[in-house]
Amino acid sequence: MNIIEILHLIHEYKEYDENETETETVRAIDDVTLSIEEGSFVTVLGHNGSGKSTLAKHVNALLLPTGGTVVLCGQDTLKTGELWQLRKNAGMVFQNPDNQIIASVVEEDVAFGPENLGVPTEKLEHRVERALEKVGMTAFRMNSPNRLSGGQKQRIAIAGMLAMKPKVILMDEPTAMLDPVGRKEVIETVHELNREEGITILLITHYMEEAVDADRVIVMDGGRLIMDGTPREVFSRVEELKECRMTVPQVTELAFELKKEGLPLPDGILTTEEFAEALMKLRT
Amino acid sequence: MELTLKHISYSYNPDAKEPKYAVKDVSFTIREGEFCALIGHTGSGKSTLVQFLNGLMRPTEGLVLFNGENIFEKKYPLKTLRQKVGLVFQYPEHQLFEETVLKDICYGPKNMGLGKEEQIDSARRAMALVGLPESYEEKSPFELSGGEKRRVAIAGVLAMNPECLILDEPTAGLDPAGRDDILGTVRELSDKENIAVVLVSHSMDDVAVYAERLLVMNSGELVYDDTPRNVFRHYKELEKMGLSAPQVTYIAHELKKRGLDIDENVMTIAEAKAEILRIFKK
Repeated sequence: MNIIEILHLIHEYKEYDENETETETVRAIDDVTLSIEEGSFVTVLGHNGSGKSTLAKHVNALLLPTGGTVVLCGQDTLKTGELWQLRKNAGMVFQNPDNQIIASVVEEDVAFGPENLGVPTEKLEHRVERALEKVGMTAFRMNSPNRLSGGQKQRIAIAGMLAMKPKVILMDEPTAMLDPVGRKEVIETVHELNREEGITILLITHYMEEAVDADRVIVMDGGRLIMDGTPREVFSRVEELKECRMTVPQVTELAFELKKEGLPLPDGILTTEEFAEALMKLRT
Repeated sequence: MELTLKHISYSYNPDAKEPKYAVKDVSFTIREGEFCALIGHTGSGKSTLVQFLNGLMRPTEGLVLFNGENIFEKKYPLKTLRQKVGLVFQYPEHQLFEETVLKDICYGPKNMGLGKEEQIDSARRAMALVGLPESYEEKSPFELSGGEKRRVAIAGVLAMNPECLILDEPTAGLDPAGRDDILGTVRELSDKENIAVVLVSHSMDDVAVYAERLLVMNSGELVYDDTPRNVFRHYKELEKMGLSAPQVTYIAHELKKRGLDIDENVMTIAEAKAEILRIFKK
């Protein structure tokens, strides 16, 4: 079943000069059609300004289509009257963890969302407990969020969303400000949620390595969808990706470079193990 | 140019019986034209440390010396120091405010008291250094892409002719090509203009390619100060500090484990490529 159905989506906005006269119409999303299967893990790549974040904001109706339709969990974002009901289905995590934390105690922060949805107190406690458990932050329940590491803060932000029981999690560069271990923590947590809870994940990132374990990778350029496939399919197209300001994981690039020099390595190598395996085969 | 931190500590409660330190007993010297990267887990004290370098924050213990002079001495011209040691904050594009790119970049030179023509000369020179074409002068900074805005912000600091440039995570949120553009530009500033660079970064892959020297902070202490290659030999310790080695180094370790006679200290794709070809093209 498709949990997200996007049909011929167009998003335009107008620019004005200092006299508030309209100067130009910018098309940020240009005819995107995309369906996302429930429970899948999809990574969205694209250069700055390619339309990735705009696309994600359409999924939970933070933006509404200029043309075309977006359907989330069977609800058309243009037709549904109660957007907050629709948004319950899709939570969003942003780049900077410090901008997303509002309470002075971890568990209160996690409870903020469901409390606003009107979840009764006795259920609330259970939800918070479970959400913290899922992101591995139970031990920090009574701590102050500002003493946590970047990765831990992002996990708290994720827990806050989980407590609202979303079906889809939209992540807009959640690791851009994290150190290597924090990055790993967050990505592993999201994969676990996908595997164990069946939550559909849409992950926007500029770190190619984070796309390797996705079910599907889509690439945007100039508001259009230009590639759509498994990580292996997409990352086999090294030169095309570089043309649109992207790159590939380092191990993929190394294999690609060696192949250019005449070593017969397969395309689209994604992991260190695969690479080592393929390279050692050449020895025998 | 020589910028020295001498036994710097910073504590939020220096008078307590057991003060807690955000930065503890850090000493190092930055020299002319050097490209240093400062790495460390979130909250390790990096951002606090860089604010000592141009006197924005005052350490609770220790000395900051610029060309041998104590910058916290009474009557030391801190304003001049801040021109010579330029600091580019995280997300510097949030600090752009003028109507045009040129005006924004002129802001620093204007505050230095330069005449109109000199301001424009410095701004144009800075634009050229970061690779912003002349046609951008009259554009509004707000209609530029993320990477371009960041270039404008860096140019704004360069227009003051700094001898040392400190950048706090200048590539956060940029796409891969944008990251390479900015870091390539910074590298050129260090090579050609002889500007000393301190780059705060979370990307081990980037610092392996660009930096000559790595300073590693862990829980407020400086734990390594060495070449990237020597620092990444300690990758196991780095992992315990929230850091890692570059991905290429892990690939080399894996190949070594499988019996390939490879130098496991390679750090960049170019190095690994050369090393593997050396073995396979024999």
